[in-house]
Amino acid sequence: MQESLFAPGHRACAGCGMPTAIKLVLDAAGPNTIVTSPTGCLEVTSTPFPESSWRVPWIHSLFENAAAVASGVEVALKKFRKTDINLLVIGGDGSTFDIGIGAISGMFDRGHRITYVCYDNEAYMNTGVQRSGSTPFCAKTTTTPTGKLSLGNPRPKKDMPAIAVAHKVPYVATASIAYPVDLRRKVKRSLKADGPAYIQISAPCITGWSFEAGDTIEQARLAVETCLWPLYEYVDGVLVGAKKVRRKRPVEDYLKTQGRYKHLFKAEGGAEVLAQIQAMADANAEKFGLLD
Amino acid sequence: MMKVVEGSYAIADAVRCCSPDVVSVYPITPQTHIVEHLSEFVADGKLDCGYINVDSEFSSLSSLIGASAAGARTYTSTTSQGLALMFEVLYNVSGMRLPIVMTTVNRALSAPLSIWNDQQDALGARDSGWIQIYAENVQEAIDLTPQLYKISEDPKILTPSMSCMDGFILTHVYEPVEFLDEEKVREFLPPFRPEYVLDPKNPKTFGAFTDPSWFTEFKYLQHQAMQRSLEKIEEVSKEFEEVFGRGYGGLIDTYAMEDAEIVLVTMGSIIGTIKEAIDELRSEGVKVGLVKIRCYRPFPAEALKKALKDANVIAVIEKDVSMGYESALLTDLKGALYNSSIRTPIIGFAVGLGGRDVGIKHIRSMVEKASKVKDAGIESEFEIFEVKPECL
Repeated sequence: MQESLFAPGHRACAGCGMPTAIKLVLDAAGPNTIVTSPTGCLEVTSTPFPESSWRVPWIHSLFENAAAVASGVEVALKKFRKTDINLLVIGGDGSTFDIGIGAISGMFDRGHRITYVCYDNEAYMNTGVQRSGSTPFCAKTTTTPTGKLSLGNPRPKKDMPAIAVAHKVPYVATASIAYPVDLRRKVKRSLKADGPAYIQISAPCITGWSFEAGDTIEQARLAVETCLWPLYEYVDGVLVGAKKVRRKRPVEDYLKTQGRYKHLFKAEGGAEVLAQIQAMADANAEKFGLLD
Repeated sequence: MMKVVEGSYAIADAVRCCSPDVVSVYPITPQTHIVEHLSEFVADGKLDCGYINVDSEFSSLSSLIGASAAGARTYTSTTSQGLALMFEVLYNVSGMRLPIVMTTVNRALSAPLSIWNDQQDALGARDSGWIQIYAENVQEAIDLTPQLYKISEDPKILTPSMSCMDGFILTHVYEPVEFLDEEKVREFLPPFRPEYVLDPKNPKTFGAFTDPSWFTEFKYLQHQAMQRSLEKIEEVSKEFEEVFGRGYGGLIDTYAMEDAEIVLVTMGSIIGTIKEAIDELRSEGVKVGLVKIRCYRPFPAEALKKALKDANVIAVIEKDVSMGYESALLTDLKGALYNSSIRTPIIGFAVGLGGRDVGIKHIRSMVEKASKVKDAGIESEFEIFEVKPECL
């Protein structure tokens, strides 16, 4: 087995889903790759100067500009006739869904040949679990706390892959660290696309979601099996495939194992919310044809 | 051969002669004509570069970070709100020691919205770690362009720089200029060959984060490079003069300074008007001279001490205000002289805000106020010049 391009010794929490995602992505992309990352968990845990976990060239500038920085790398390499290098952006959901979305839209719009990978842990975890545009409906975060008047985040998760599809980028996919073969295949496919690609990877956060140590991969698997995290691919704007869910599990199986949803099983109104979340999962199953 | 062209065209042509690999553009008045002309050069095959139409000024400078780290010579231009939007990126560029060159077209900052000239925008970016040089006229702005690449890209400097030119007054003026000779620029400006680039064959980490045990040393090294650039700017200025036959005096320049009692200190396009006013006043026997600041950061403190040692009164004229105190150059100059033997009174005027015209009569009025300081002492250390009471 080849040496991982993401070296051990990084400072991510024990049980963090993100390093698994990064290793799988780099494994698929290989050493002939340049990575741009925005500020976030990945950046601070992998590059405490003078150390670095990156065995490929890597650049970080700011929180909201990774897509623009990568665009500049791509244009410069094109000028130097070095077009055989894989270009990745790897960032979290805060920078992707919220603060960096303008730069991402520009990168998609201009058609740069870059795969943008979002490791999605559904909140601002680096700053201590604040709500992002990716936080799911009624999840508890430190800025959407539960209380007498609150059942957590009042809004559903932003549909970032649909935003990518709307830019007419040639390749858009969702992936999960619980499905490594599928994830690697999608990264490889994205790098063959003649233009920008977007891949959103489910990467559970042990501290932010609050689940049992050792359950990280299981959490990611449950998200897929409940149809809350459908695995699908769009090529040139057309849905070309979705991973079938053999035995669809009720959303409670996923939600009840996480501290961020604990209130839904106790508080008044929780049952209605659970029904709403179940309806979201059912809609996913229908929309993407997840069931046989 | 001199040619009459618009200032923006002249700048675009100077940039073309420096052969940037990547140019990133976003429209904002009064900077837009520069990038329009650059896009024409690209469309006509006269400039072979990667050209990015970005989604904001924030992204224009950000994209140049990636391009520069990949080994490209880079260029962008902006003004006012665009520069303000770049604020976070400015510090990042200088901290990452990327030698990006940018034209900052000087314009007022909103609110109230104004598209006209003052220098509040660039002065606000004073501490961002960029070399700032101000042009008096279009020719100087043209000639600054290759000089800034040469200064910034020096391995001992590796610091970004901005060429500051007054919006409309210089960008939209049609005046005769001498274009740069491409061959001579090639001779003057070596190709950009950075030691470290983003390269899979030699993977490096760019933009790591630091804890308190390292951060100070990064800033120390950055400060030292800035200090070193003082000498480099002088050196490159002389070299430019040797190759192209046009010189501007390095860090500062002087005008009518022999026996000058009242000395005006300023920067930018207002200097043309000031020189005319000085000629008038000199013919009337008023001993007034000018110290022109070309390089504002790094601050040429030693050169200023030398130039100002014989003045009786110093009047700083500038197009910015630090709300709640005074104008930036005034503060900087007083600071530079405080521990020296120079005990000359210094007063300051904020003029030309939001594009208000500054004419010879205004300069004369400021000189008159300065002349009273010698006998009567300082009545007003700083004023916003000619506020109209009927508008208040």
